Amino acid sequence: MKPYLKQSAIWGFVVLELIFFSVAGEFLSLSDKAFMDLDNMLLLFKQSAPIGIIALGMTVVMINGNIDLSVGAIFALCAIIMLDSMKWPIFAGLGDWVILVGWLLALATGMLLGLINGLIVWKTGVDAFIVTLGSMLGYRGLVFMYNGENPTSNLNWTMVDIAEADILGIETPTIVFVICTVLVWLLMTRTVHGRNAYAIGDNREAAVNAGIRVGPHMVWNFVLIGFLAALSAVVFYSASGSVNPNDGTLYELWVITAVVLGGTKLTGGSGSVIATFGGVIAIQLLRKGLGHIGADTAMVNLVIGLILIAVLFLDRQLNRKGKEELRT
Amino acid sequence: MADTRAKTIGQFLARQGILVAFVLFMIGFALANGRFLGIDNIMGVVRSSAILGVIALGVTFVVISGNLDLSVGSMMSFSTIVVLDLHDKIGPALAIPAMFAMTMALGALIGFLVGYLKLNSLIVTLGMLSAIHGLTLTYSGGKNMDIDDKAGTWFSFFGQGSVLGIPVPILVIALLAILLSLLLSRTPFGRKVYAVGGNGVAATFSGIPRARVVFMCYLISAFCVAVAGLLQASRSLGSQNTVGQGMELDVLAAVILGGASLLGGSGTIFKTVIGVLILGFIQNGLLLVGLAFYVQYVVTWVIIILAVWLDIAAKRGRLLSPIA
Amino acid sequence: MTDIPALRLQDIVKTFPGVRALDGVSFQVMPGEVHALLGENGAGKSTLMKVLGGIHQPDEGKIFIAEQPAVMKSPLDAKSKGVVFIHQELSLADELSAAENIYLGQLPRKSFGRVDWKALYEKSDAILARLKCSFDSRKLVGDLSIANKQMVEIARALTVDAKAVIFDEPTASLTDAEKVVLFDVINDLRSDGVGVVYISHRMDEIFTISDKISVLRDGSYRGSLVTADTDEDEVTKLMIGRSLDSENPIVPAKKGPIALEVQGLSCGDLFQNVSFKVHEGEVVGFYGLVGAGRTEIAETLFGLRAPSAGKILLEGKEVKIASPIEAIAHGISLVPEDRKGQGLVLGMNCKENMTLPQISDLTAGPFVSDGAEVAIFDQYRDRLQIKTPGWRQKVGNLSGGNQQKIVIGKWLSMAPKVLIVDEPTRGIDVGSKAEIHNLIRDLASQGYAVIVISSEMPEVLRVSDRVVAMFHGEIIREFTADEVNEDNLVQAISGIRTTKVA
Repeated sequence: MKPYLKQSAIWGFVVLELIFFSVAGEFLSLSDKAFMDLDNMLLLFKQSAPIGIIALGMTVVMINGNIDLSVGAIFALCAIIMLDSMKWPIFAGLGDWVILVGWLLALATGMLLGLINGLIVWKTGVDAFIVTLGSMLGYRGLVFMYNGENPTSNLNWTMVDIAEADILGIETPTIVFVICTVLVWLLMTRTVHGRNAYAIGDNREAAVNAGIRVGPHMVWNFVLIGFLAALSAVVFYSASGSVNPNDGTLYELWVITAVVLGGTKLTGGSGSVIATFGGVIAIQLLRKGLGHIGADTAMVNLVIGLILIAVLFLDRQLNRKGKEELRT
Repeated sequence: MADTRAKTIGQFLARQGILVAFVLFMIGFALANGRFLGIDNIMGVVRSSAILGVIALGVTFVVISGNLDLSVGSMMSFSTIVVLDLHDKIGPALAIPAMFAMTMALGALIGFLVGYLKLNSLIVTLGMLSAIHGLTLTYSGGKNMDIDDKAGTWFSFFGQGSVLGIPVPILVIALLAILLSLLLSRTPFGRKVYAVGGNGVAATFSGIPRARVVFMCYLISAFCVAVAGLLQASRSLGSQNTVGQGMELDVLAAVILGGASLLGGSGTIFKTVIGVLILGFIQNGLLLVGLAFYVQYVVTWVIIILAVWLDIAAKRGRLLSPIA
Repeated sequence: MTDIPALRLQDIVKTFPGVRALDGVSFQVMPGEVHALLGENGAGKSTLMKVLGGIHQPDEGKIFIAEQPAVMKSPLDAKSKGVVFIHQELSLADELSAAENIYLGQLPRKSFGRVDWKALYEKSDAILARLKCSFDSRKLVGDLSIANKQMVEIARALTVDAKAVIFDEPTASLTDAEKVVLFDVINDLRSDGVGVVYISHRMDEIFTISDKISVLRDGSYRGSLVTADTDEDEVTKLMIGRSLDSENPIVPAKKGPIALEVQGLSCGDLFQNVSFKVHEGEVVGFYGLVGAGRTEIAETLFGLRAPSAGKILLEGKEVKIASPIEAIAHGISLVPEDRKGQGLVLGMNCKENMTLPQISDLTAGPFVSDGAEVAIFDQYRDRLQIKTPGWRQKVGNLSGGNQQKIVIGKWLSMAPKVLIVDEPTRGIDVGSKAEIHNLIRDLASQGYAVIVISSEMPEVLRVSDRVVAMFHGEIIREFTADEVNEDNLVQAISGIRTTKVA
């Protein structure tokens, strides 16, 4: 019963936000439209996609007992590779097929960067947060090294059309986000790899003693999140066509906040993809809602930071073992 | 025989590898660009490292006590902006203490969350990084801060003045380093910091007020950030509100380079100062050989990973991790 | 039954620095036999099991499985060879279902790496049914009772073709009803021809379930008895050896006033309604099995746990102890159970560790006074005969015995009114053990009020003026040094209450 309660908690929070901002919006909003209007909500899903897709990967990595702080940098680097590679001379004769090449190279880059993270974590034994704290910096350095402080652009209208296409009013980013959610959910609940992730995160020694190969498993999860970060970049930048070297900075904060908000434990072994989806929606709702009542980006940053801390506190309170605990 | 010798060399490299690498770097840079070892350049490096160094001194306390502080960069932006803003509103004599109070209040908040509520310091300070950044932006209204009457204020003394030919920032960091070194290495409080970081449970079992010690470390860190903000504001008399962005990683790199273990319980002020200088010289050297500033990011990344890896490897006795 | 032993260890020797943990131990289990393994703490049982389980490699000796020589490289390797352990610490993943835990690492698969849930649940339910478990294999392990969690571990063991199953103190957390179920399972294993090793302290259980009993003492094998042909006394004699009270007669303490009194102290499930007194100048020994609640009482007295009921009185006045700092201020010191994890900061040197609780007082101006620190170190180094090259030595480099002395010195230097020592000689060589025992007796004669918590009977009998026997969180009986002997003590800690006429 308890896990369902914990997971439903995030949806309760979402509902609260909807109510709060709808009401507050009536008094504080500068626009005429209601907060909960259909277009606005569809937009919400679309805007959740960049963070959301990455958050799915972060859920897996965190359930496993690790963390990845370099996703923002991977996001930016893959976007640059995608946009720039389409201009490379070798691909000159491909016409619009070059879009596919760009996408594939971006995805491959994401997987490669994730592989590097995973291998370092496995083979050196250095904790994932230090490894990815370092690669957050290092990969960002590579981003700058590519084109200095200039943006990288490539406006290919076919690409934009695909990226901005919609099916029955639901746009591409939303579709990709939902499909990824379903696939990652299947991975975590239905496959051996996914179930092992829970085991490793919950009790690594038991997993090792049971013969699960922890090292390669962790590497796979880093490759997965790298892939998803790249996918997110592909979806977003195919539409926008231009990436700045500072893009994606602090994405990891948003992603982690969404994942922790959804109930995944920092210590690993517990978490849910669906709840992360809820967490992403909750965060995006917060952003939109605050904007709707007139707050600026600064205020949003402030609130997000505080929410993360509040969630940590709640998580700790709910998980205390009471009298079993020593006061150390 | 050869086996034990290889092992001894391995252990030596693990412990002193950083210094060895550093010496190699220095030689390389000196060969690549003659100016590298010139006295002007050296003074320049020391001076520009001072601000980072001041922050690193405070973070040393936090790291030794077994925690992290990723918020120092945005906290420094906050301090710089606040003191510049208040300078014109209430005059420098009041602005400086007010800024210190506000910055240390932030440090106290973090100290409370990590020390007393026992929340994870990585995530808390990551969250605070964003929150303080937001706070700074809100405070400054998104604009850059500038002092109106730049020539007519004594405020510039801290960042630009000199005493007996020594630039004030260098004096400040030297003084602060000496005081903090005494605090850390020679007082009961310092001993308690090492105990909490070395084995927090045993520290509690020995009657050490663990929560209070962690709290105090964050206060010290915030104090140092405030000093750094003062120096920065005073140097340029105007600032963007993102001036401190990214500093937390350089600070962490410097502390790690100086040999402090991120697991807590080891490190000294002196070693951190060395780490700051090493980092400063490497970054300077990279610039002088014509590499752009972002190459530093990649180099810092490699340095952090290598340094922590070798530290862990030396402790467990094997280079590669035994995870299957 | 065949004549080939399911499992045989021959002349196993295992030494650690300073300690010969196993001294040529030979032991065998026949298929379809339940063989109990007994011995005091430190007798070598857990080392033997670790060798068998692939966690340690023996220095000498061989292991045979069904008379085939085997080298156990790891727990997984041991399992693949048919040797399965049910440990005291469960190795389960709480967030996964029972079925997933049972088949951890061997989940049945469909294409694309998907789990074959149907097969998984069918197989798991079958095993659970065989163990007569009432819960569904879909249930999350985190929601199960400890007894049921244990069943899941046993079920996991049964997924391989086990030749030998080793139970390590399996009934520590079980109710009587749950024990019956466990014994049924063990009987089933026996009829299936599995060799069962049953490690336990509890005589009644051993006599209920086992066919044979082997005893280890001080790292050597002392003999085997056929359960049906022997009794508790004979077994106890093998375990204990010569009576100890002929040597080192306890100098009866000159008891002073009551230093500490505890009335009706309880802490949830951990211990209930505990009442006792400790006088100045006496040593009160607390003896009992793991989980009896002794350490938890010590932690409560030291401010590490909040009691749910009861009073603590120091020198007649009631006190509330909310933290170790307060406990120390009241004059209570605790030498903890886990010397390395709780008692010392291994990265610090000898003097730093020894002076830690009082470091704020050892100052010259704002700074720490080296002189004062070194003086304390020197004083206790001499008094306790601590062997170390100097105060600069990091305590992590000292032997266990010397490390323990540093901890003891640390607390003695605080001049406590009440000194609690939890497992004073765990993992310490015989020579240092004797020194520490003598030290504890000396402390009593100097007027300290001392509480010793121990799982080693000879130790408790040697040092205590009075012995408090605990079982499952309750005090069963208090003995004076004259009253207590091995037999009635063992009975008390197994929960058997008798009148004092015994």
